[in-house]
Amino acid sequence: MQTEAESVDRSNIYVARVPWWRQTKWEASFAFLIFIAPMIIGLAIFTFLPIFWGTLISFSEARNTLDIGNWVGFDNYVDILSNPEFRDSLYTIIVFAAFIVPLTFFLSLGIALLVNSVGFGRSFFRSAFFIPTAISYVVASIIWKMGIFNGLPYGFANMVIYWFGSDKIIAWIGETDPPYYWLVLVTCRLWLQVGFYMIIFLAGLQEIDQSLYEAAYVDGAKPGWRTFWTITFPMLRNTSIAVLLLNFIAAFQAFDEFINILGGVGSSGNLSLARPPLVYLYQVAIGQQDYGRGSAGALILTALIIAITVVQGRIFGFGRRN
Amino acid sequence: MQTIQDEQWGTLERPAAARTNALKWTTLAIRYILLIALTVVFMFPFYLIVRNALMTQPEITAFEWNWWPEEAQWGNFTNLFENSEIDMAKGLRNSAIIAVVNLVFQTLFASMAGYALARIPFRGKGIFFAAILLTLMVPSAVTFVPTYVVVAKLDGVNTLWGIVVPGLFSAFATFLFRQFYLDFPSEIEEAARLDGNSYFGVYWRMLLPNSLGIMAALGVLSFIGSWNAFLWPVIIGQSNDTQTVQVVLSSFLTAQTINLPALFAGAAVGAAPLVIVFLLLQRYIVQGVRMSGIKG
Repeated sequence: MQTEAESVDRSNIYVARVPWWRQTKWEASFAFLIFIAPMIIGLAIFTFLPIFWGTLISFSEARNTLDIGNWVGFDNYVDILSNPEFRDSLYTIIVFAAFIVPLTFFLSLGIALLVNSVGFGRSFFRSAFFIPTAISYVVASIIWKMGIFNGLPYGFANMVIYWFGSDKIIAWIGETDPPYYWLVLVTCRLWLQVGFYMIIFLAGLQEIDQSLYEAAYVDGAKPGWRTFWTITFPMLRNTSIAVLLLNFIAAFQAFDEFINILGGVGSSGNLSLARPPLVYLYQVAIGQQDYGRGSAGALILTALIIAITVVQGRIFGFGRRN
Repeated sequence: MQTIQDEQWGTLERPAAARTNALKWTTLAIRYILLIALTVVFMFPFYLIVRNALMTQPEITAFEWNWWPEEAQWGNFTNLFENSEIDMAKGLRNSAIIAVVNLVFQTLFASMAGYALARIPFRGKGIFFAAILLTLMVPSAVTFVPTYVVVAKLDGVNTLWGIVVPGLFSAFATFLFRQFYLDFPSEIEEAARLDGNSYFGVYWRMLLPNSLGIMAALGVLSFIGSWNAFLWPVIIGQSNDTQTVQVVLSSFLTAQTINLPALFAGAAVGAAPLVIVFLLLQRYIVQGVRMSGIKG
């Protein structure tokens, strides 16, 4: 009797306190779907759908229209790959990456080592190198184009040349022989991004076990070049790979400083000197409203970046860390 | 042993110790000289922006270099907002809206998804995680043409939502939040569950308050990123009503006639909010950058 009543009671309590949608298996599934829904729906609409639609439109003739259906096979791909301006843009970005990636790597590593090696004022120096990261490419372009590398006599770079006793006035951006505009573009990006990579290197440096240096010291290796090459540099391997890959991917997507320093949104200015792929795609897709060719070019560039990233990863042995 | 003794008893009047000390001080001096020289170089553009923003046009274009304005022209800043050619006030307003929306929702969506992936049992979870990780492979800026096509189809051109919404879904932040919540002690969470909290309650009462640090780090990075973004806003928000501060400054820079003091005053106004954010929240920004170091 008693047990029966108890069990009835319990089931009543159970039903009353835990409605079906609060039962563990249902609740978990509902909760999971609700929590992940914004991210999945967002990525579906703004990442997967564009890639899907972009692929379809890249096989369509789509000038001044966003619609697909006027199928032209691989014509857009053939067109854009045989276009000298597109091929020039690939060449331009390879030259740019060949300068900016190693320069950023060694400068940010060097500054990180310097900052890490001093005690007094360390956080001040760290802030000083890091704070340009807060500045946008547009603002930096204003400083570089109109302040430092202004082609008129009052530009700071021309002023420095004058102080060294030369009357020469260099048109830093328009001059093609020698191509000074590379100096402008590369130093601008260096200033903006070196602090960012320095922070990543500093994090890597602080993860190195100090007992390694103590052991080396006991063995007679004083802190210096030798411990750098035998301890620091090998221990920074994963950090170095991360810096190289991040920097490379960012360089291949250069747009802001090229369009602001060399040209303008409305005018192409000196952009013919060095037109990176994103600027070219911008002019084709947004300027000429040729979405078919623009999408084809975007997909080619995406594939290229992924391929080079994977190859770089293989060369540096990314994934071997496990 | 010899070297260690030198290190410990460096003040002793021994020739070897004295030589080591001299070398040490010279090295240290060289390091500081290098650091100070580099600091001057890295600070120079900031100086230049302030100098030009406070000068008159003839002072800037003078043949002799003036290090500092004869009289600081604070009026350059008020003129900037009265200038009919550029709408700086609207640019600042649009950028502020975009950056705040980005900060709040990018962080919220990523932490929600990260919590679901780390803590809520679900069959087929792996597929969702794989789909999110897959998008990390795609270089975001390159896909701007296809994304433009989709946003244009949805009538998002020249709207603020068209600028901000496509950037709210960060697979990378989701990944970081997932890692963070995986490390969160499950005992606390189970205790909260036994107290009758739903998954939402656990998230809201336990996990959210305990992940404010990582939220600040990722949130401030997304704020900086969206304030400084140029490519996407210039494609989607060309109209006068939707220009961000970067687009306003860019069209000012490429205008036919350039008023240099106004241009630099505009650059200073556009950069100042972030410099302040940087100085105040540097700890979180450094943490956020370190986390992005593992992206490679």
